Amino acid sequence: MSSTITPSKPDNWQQIAAPRVYATANPNFWGELVQETLALTQRLFIQLQRRPSTLIAGLIQPVMWLVLFGALFQNVPQGFFGNSHSYGQFLGAGVIVFTAFAGALNSGLPVMFDREFGFLNRLLVAPLASRFSIVLASAIFIISQSLLQAAVIVAGSAFLGAGLPNATGLATIALIVFLLALGVTAISLGLAFALPGHIELIAVIFVTNLPLLFASTALVPLSFMPQWLQVVASLNPLSYAIEPIRYLYLHNDWDLNSLVMAAPWGNVTFGAALLVLFGFATVALLSIQPLLKRGLA
Amino acid sequence: MTPAVLIQNLQKRYGTVEAVKDVSFQIEPGEIFGLLGPNGAGKTTTLRALCTLTTPDAGKIEISGISALTNPKAARQRLGYVAQEVALDKVLTGRELLRLGAALYHLPGKVAKQRIEMVLDLLGLQEYADKKTGTYSGGIRKRLDLAAGLLHSPDVLVLDEPTVGLDIESRFVVWDFLRKLRSAGTTVLITSHYLEEVDALADRVAIIDRGLVIAQGTPTELKDKVGGDRITLRIREFSPIDEAETAKTLLQSLPFVQEAIINSAQGNSLNLVVKAQTDALIVIQQALVQASLPIFGIAQSRPSLDDVYLAATGKTLMDAELAAASSRDLKAERKQNMK
Repeated sequence: MSSTITPSKPDNWQQIAAPRVYATANPNFWGELVQETLALTQRLFIQLQRRPSTLIAGLIQPVMWLVLFGALFQNVPQGFFGNSHSYGQFLGAGVIVFTAFAGALNSGLPVMFDREFGFLNRLLVAPLASRFSIVLASAIFIISQSLLQAAVIVAGSAFLGAGLPNATGLATIALIVFLLALGVTAISLGLAFALPGHIELIAVIFVTNLPLLFASTALVPLSFMPQWLQVVASLNPLSYAIEPIRYLYLHNDWDLNSLVMAAPWGNVTFGAALLVLFGFATVALLSIQPLLKRGLA
Repeated sequence: MTPAVLIQNLQKRYGTVEAVKDVSFQIEPGEIFGLLGPNGAGKTTTLRALCTLTTPDAGKIEISGISALTNPKAARQRLGYVAQEVALDKVLTGRELLRLGAALYHLPGKVAKQRIEMVLDLLGLQEYADKKTGTYSGGIRKRLDLAAGLLHSPDVLVLDEPTVGLDIESRFVVWDFLRKLRSAGTTVLITSHYLEEVDALADRVAIIDRGLVIAQGTPTELKDKVGGDRITLRIREFSPIDEAETAKTLLQSLPFVQEAIINSAQGNSLNLVVKAQTDALIVIQQALVQASLPIFGIAQSRPSLDDVYLAATGKTLMDAELAAASSRDLKAERKQNMK
């Protein structure tokens, strides 16, 4: 590097030191919140654009699930998996939900790395309108990514012969993906502030990821499971996301009263499943508040 | 006049470790203030409290009269913080990173653009601005960090060990920069464990040791308080010990010599503390000539900040540094710095 700094104009030095010109006396909270959240979200999208490998993998993986896992049970007699014409059609809903879940579960990792590398300090010394914009930006980013993945899987399933839900159906799938991703992202971000480092966070992701998949209705219907697993699967939020999506794939005439799942303690309607997901997201968001307050205080 | 920074009776403990026991100092607007002390003395904790990254257990912190504890947002607006370790997003370009910074300080779009160009110009970063920060050398990274700290025209720029790990040339760039900034009227607070750095840059200094401020003032004041001048004398390039002893006895009999030590690490040279007087060197030379002793080299100097530190703590900064290094718990410190 050159040994002296050559300022273009000497008066720049005076300008740089001009005190507090831009500190607004009466800040506009919402305007500031939007500005900082957009800037933080933009950073994540720039990262994604320059390092697209995780997104590409995140798009290839569910398609592989559909193709390979679908082929695994191809020769199962028709009607074996409820009303589905094929296992592929049955599996589509599970793959949509599992992909959104896995993506959201990883959402804490970038925040954890920001903590570890000290980048978070750079954000925390800034006069943010609210430090929750940091969390908000991650949530916006992850949910957009999940919706994009869901769209690809829906298109892929249609191509593989699972059919395509109508516009209301697609919007409902988007809503379900949104609620599940929101809740799981909240938990993952909470963990990113509560755990000591990325090793621990990865360990938690590792032990949660596949067990939650197997203990849900993603791969087989509830009726295939032993009683105890039925109980577990009926407590698993993933099931409440999977079953409504699967139902609207198989039925053209569905409404909020349609029965989507027969849990050990009673039937679950479409509307009830949505309520459970809504409740899950709300509880997740509320329960991480103390963690975030501590991490961001 | 309202001080630019006021810290009063600051205390912070982490578990059983009292990182900061009682630190108070005041920085006037437009000066460079140096916080000098060995690693682990509490410098970084003090800065983190000032920059609202950590909540102190007790004490008062004000920036331009605004409490950092009760009104942190307004305090943050007036501070620029340049951490010891440069944390950049490797994937972003320098300009993108500055844009992010400008948005976090809520600069309006047009102003942000103008300010970004200005800081890029000031720090000579234009040619790197559109390259990813992952490709930057250490010096360039530091310059970008300084630029980011200045975007919002802070009243006070706070720099934690700004030249640690930099090559000599980059270090002078930073010094040059800080001096220019001061002449433009910005208040600067730096921490350092490099004596020369604080001596060369700071208008006023607080020396901090084990969580306490042990001396405070301008470097000249502090050195005057320690008193006397230092004289290093070499009889020969490598003097035999008996000759050095003879010279020592001889010089100790001179009225203005307060202390004489034989430094065996430097070829048995003599280190003298003398009362500040103009003809000390001549008198010493004459005394040696009369005793038929040769002179290889002789030099007089003012006491350094290290002598100030030595006088206050009974050990040199280097020794304190080594002692601190062996007793540090790096894992615990890392945790403290992680939010």
